[in-house]
Amino acid sequence: MMQTQYVGSPVKRKEDPRLIKGESTYLDDIKLPGMLYAAFLRSSYPHAKIKRIDVSQALTLEGVVAVYTGKDLKDAVGPLVVESINRGSKVPSHYPLAVDEVKFVGEPVAVVVAEDRYVAKDALERIIVEYEPLPAVVDPEKALEDEAPKVHEDYEDNVCFRWKKAFGDVEQSFSNADEVIEARFRIQRLAPTAMEPRGVVAHYDALNRILTIWSSTQFPHKLRTWVATSLNWPENRIRVITPEVGGGFGSKLNHYPEEVVIPYLAVKLGRPVKWFEERRENLQATTHGRDMIAYVKAAVKRDGKILGLKVRLIADLGAYNYVYTQDNPLVAARMIPGCYKLESIELDVVGVFTNKIATDAYRGAGRPEASYIIERTVDRIARKLGIDPAEIRRRNFIQPSEFPYKTVTKFVYDTGNYEAALNKALELLKYSEVRAEQERLRGEGRYIGVGLSSFVEVCNFSYQSASVRVEPTGKVLVFTSTSPHGQGEETAFAQIVADVFGVDMDSVQVIHGDTLAIPYGWGTAGSWTLTSGGNAILKACKEIREKMLKIAAAKLEARPEDLEMREGRIFVKDAPDKSLSFEEVAGIAYDPESIPEGMEIGLATTSFYVPNLTFPFGAYAAVVEVFPESGEVKLLKLVLVNDVGKVVNPMLVEGQVHGGAAQAIGQAIYEEIAYTEDGVLLTDTLSEYLIPTAVEIPWMITDRTETPAPNPLGTKGVGEMGAIGLAQAIVNAVEDALTPFDVKIEDTPVTPAYLWKLVNAEKKE
Amino acid sequence: MYVRSFQYLAPKTVKEAVTLLNKLGGEAKVIAGGQSLVPLMKLRLATPSYLIDLNRVKGLDYIKDQKNRILIGALTRHAAIENSDLIKEHVPIMAEAASHIADPQVRNLGTIGGSLAHCDPAGDWGAVVIALNGEVKITGPRKDRVMKIDDFFIDTYQPNLKKGEILTEVRIPKPQPNSGGAYLKLERRAGDFATAGVAAQLTLDVDGVCRYAGIGLTALGPTSLRARKAEKTLLGRKVDDNSIEEAAEAAAEESKPTDDPLRGSAEYKRAMARVLTRRALKLALARATGGGA
Repeated sequence: MMQTQYVGSPVKRKEDPRLIKGESTYLDDIKLPGMLYAAFLRSSYPHAKIKRIDVSQALTLEGVVAVYTGKDLKDAVGPLVVESINRGSKVPSHYPLAVDEVKFVGEPVAVVVAEDRYVAKDALERIIVEYEPLPAVVDPEKALEDEAPKVHEDYEDNVCFRWKKAFGDVEQSFSNADEVIEARFRIQRLAPTAMEPRGVVAHYDALNRILTIWSSTQFPHKLRTWVATSLNWPENRIRVITPEVGGGFGSKLNHYPEEVVIPYLAVKLGRPVKWFEERRENLQATTHGRDMIAYVKAAVKRDGKILGLKVRLIADLGAYNYVYTQDNPLVAARMIPGCYKLESIELDVVGVFTNKIATDAYRGAGRPEASYIIERTVDRIARKLGIDPAEIRRRNFIQPSEFPYKTVTKFVYDTGNYEAALNKALELLKYSEVRAEQERLRGEGRYIGVGLSSFVEVCNFSYQSASVRVEPTGKVLVFTSTSPHGQGEETAFAQIVADVFGVDMDSVQVIHGDTLAIPYGWGTAGSWTLTSGGNAILKACKEIREKMLKIAAAKLEARPEDLEMREGRIFVKDAPDKSLSFEEVAGIAYDPESIPEGMEIGLATTSFYVPNLTFPFGAYAAVVEVFPESGEVKLLKLVLVNDVGKVVNPMLVEGQVHGGAAQAIGQAIYEEIAYTEDGVLLTDTLSEYLIPTAVEIPWMITDRTETPAPNPLGTKGVGEMGAIGLAQAIVNAVEDALTPFDVKIEDTPVTPAYLWKLVNAEKKE
Repeated sequence: MYVRSFQYLAPKTVKEAVTLLNKLGGEAKVIAGGQSLVPLMKLRLATPSYLIDLNRVKGLDYIKDQKNRILIGALTRHAAIENSDLIKEHVPIMAEAASHIADPQVRNLGTIGGSLAHCDPAGDWGAVVIALNGEVKITGPRKDRVMKIDDFFIDTYQPNLKKGEILTEVRIPKPQPNSGGAYLKLERRAGDFATAGVAAQLTLDVDGVCRYAGIGLTALGPTSLRARKAEKTLLGRKVDDNSIEEAAEAAAEESKPTDDPLRGSAEYKRAMARVLTRRALKLALARATGGGA
């Protein structure tokens, strides 16, 4: 029997059969007749002048079609587009292939095009590049020192931008404080490491004069605009297609060198060209995330009330700005107040150039940093004042009656109930029992710790388009400008559409990732797909529904408001024997002979939806055991209570929370992109860059509270929740476990060697 | 990550393999499970012109009971050792160690011979075979050689193999009654290269006095190491908290760790040598006296 209400139920993913059976097409599955393969030669130096490049030996290798250097392409291609530019910031020109100087390990220097990828790779070894090494700087704090090597010779220092702003009366908050608590937190550099690396295929169709670009991207439309700009090519003659995309996590919403070089080569050489990234390239030269250092001063009253904060935030931006590089530190800074009522905050944000690949969005993009900083600070305050960490949060929470709430940094939080989420998490954790157990085990020389994190995040920074068509046979086609790549929105959208029309989910087909078919929009990122894309679809569907009701009303001799759509039919409410099938009404809509007079033929419409910002929130808790003699950490229990507003599909919500949480576990304990002091990347394979595996990820207890957002779907967003809220709960728990050693954790990940050093440094004193 | 092109050779017998290896010398690499070699080739850190694949050589994949010892063919997969009843009965420490190697995919392909001959100090088998006082059989163009495992490790990635020689068998003496062993490894994450590891094997007499002690160290020096002083500390003494602590201290002293920017300083690793030796000996003691899981 057909389900009558899909929204809210854990419908199985429409995407899964084709993925599980390996039937779908990822980028590297694309094979076009006559296709060539490209490989990029990349700098092994963090900073060097390019004295000379000799490609002659590469060109003599059989199967090599062409080799280009930065100098060859400079006039035809680039520079790459940067959209987020803070006032007064320096934005260096960034050419896809380095021209005179390389500024990070992995920066592309030359490209080889060959008949197959193996020849292309072999040819790379035959290119001779003469470098003159220059001093490099990788530590953002060192980069700010006067004598530091300069990343860009033309600038007076390594400061890309500085944003300093006081909100509220900061000095008064600090003079009224009973205590000022100071802390330093470093959030390490992370690699998003999507399971599928990046890749591009380009083909120029001379007949239609269309340049088609397949890219493993999150932002097909934005990419089209960027390529149009950097290639100086009309936007209406570029088609971007995203095939199946194997994860992005923010690393695929950029304008990458390869995404403009490969299309250029396809036009230039008159043959399709493919490039598919290797994992090492991915770790070297696909944008990284986080890499911020915060110095925090908190003005607090003895009762735990937090009055104000002063935060200096140093953000390592890497060598060049990518499209949204400058956004992340500012989002982080402005979200630091979190769930709490503050009188004032002073923010001093410095974006710093270093000889590393740029940082940009990584699942959470600024909000994980914000929440980490405030939640670690709150725990420090609690410890200092001897107040229970749960209680101190309660004393500072914004209250449910205060929404919409304008924060000190001028965000307007839509809805929320932070205490309800925290209480639920504590209940699931069995908080008081865990505390008693902690006490008991300490007597046995075992160190258990409990950590909490109450968090709120901001999403829906984008607008989206939706085109909906009901075809003559009653089948529904939905085109969305969002570009899901694992989240499951084909399912969620189909649920929404099926409910509006009262039809079976299987008669709804969702199309995404083709700029030729779909009106402009932002793609998928920032937890916005369901709310911004879903509301656009809902709007379009309602319009068509209205028209279908009018048609049916004319045929059934009833008023539209007396009709209902369900189970594939349109009924007169009080006379259910009078009805038409959904297919019949669709057929009439396309038949000039039978459509009611005065009505336009067809059932198709396009809507755009500009969302208000939404503020999902939650409360997480972690219980850990720490082994001081070795520094090992074991996760014993994780509780994740989320409030993502209305839920369309609880199973998809669970999946998103689990995935984000796994990445937060990585951030807390395992993952770090590490460079030597000289700028050599130490973690350029997955045997050195440690993503947690099933062994490291414990069972998670998840639950929800539900506070709807003020939009038609009532949804807020879920994609980044786990990644935003969990790392600080774990680190708080580790610090709590080590209370008897009185250690202060400044750094993540909390590796065994790092914790051992902290504990033993304490012992020696 | 694409390997440089190479010629693939698949001999059917040890003799053929040895002949090929002898002829091709340094241009050739022997591949067994490929779990270390293939990644190196993909990173182009290893670029052999010839690959001699042992997987079609008959008679190198076995675990045999031979009187007072167990014979393990070089091509025996880690997973086979992990699941072998013979191993579990006589040298359970080997089953335990096998279960700590990387992940199931690697264990299904990786071989004990390949792992030992790779001579990576972070490899698990070296310490275990040291703790068991094992030997290796080497087959080459001339006479077979048998040597103590200690003599096989010359330096990092440098096995005691002459031109044309292949490690063909591992020989493990069966421990006496009242024996127990344990292999413990500290790794940052499952499947990571070991930060440090310790294999300990004990045999006690009826009074609890130590009659045999074998202690091997993983990732605590240029090769897998034998903690000789730690072994001597225990021999002829009652194994208890005091002697274990002394042995752990000795193992830490004789370890030769180096700084690793990712896994920890030499100081940390030395401290872990102590912690792991202590834990491994306690577990080995419990197992030798009939307890311990």
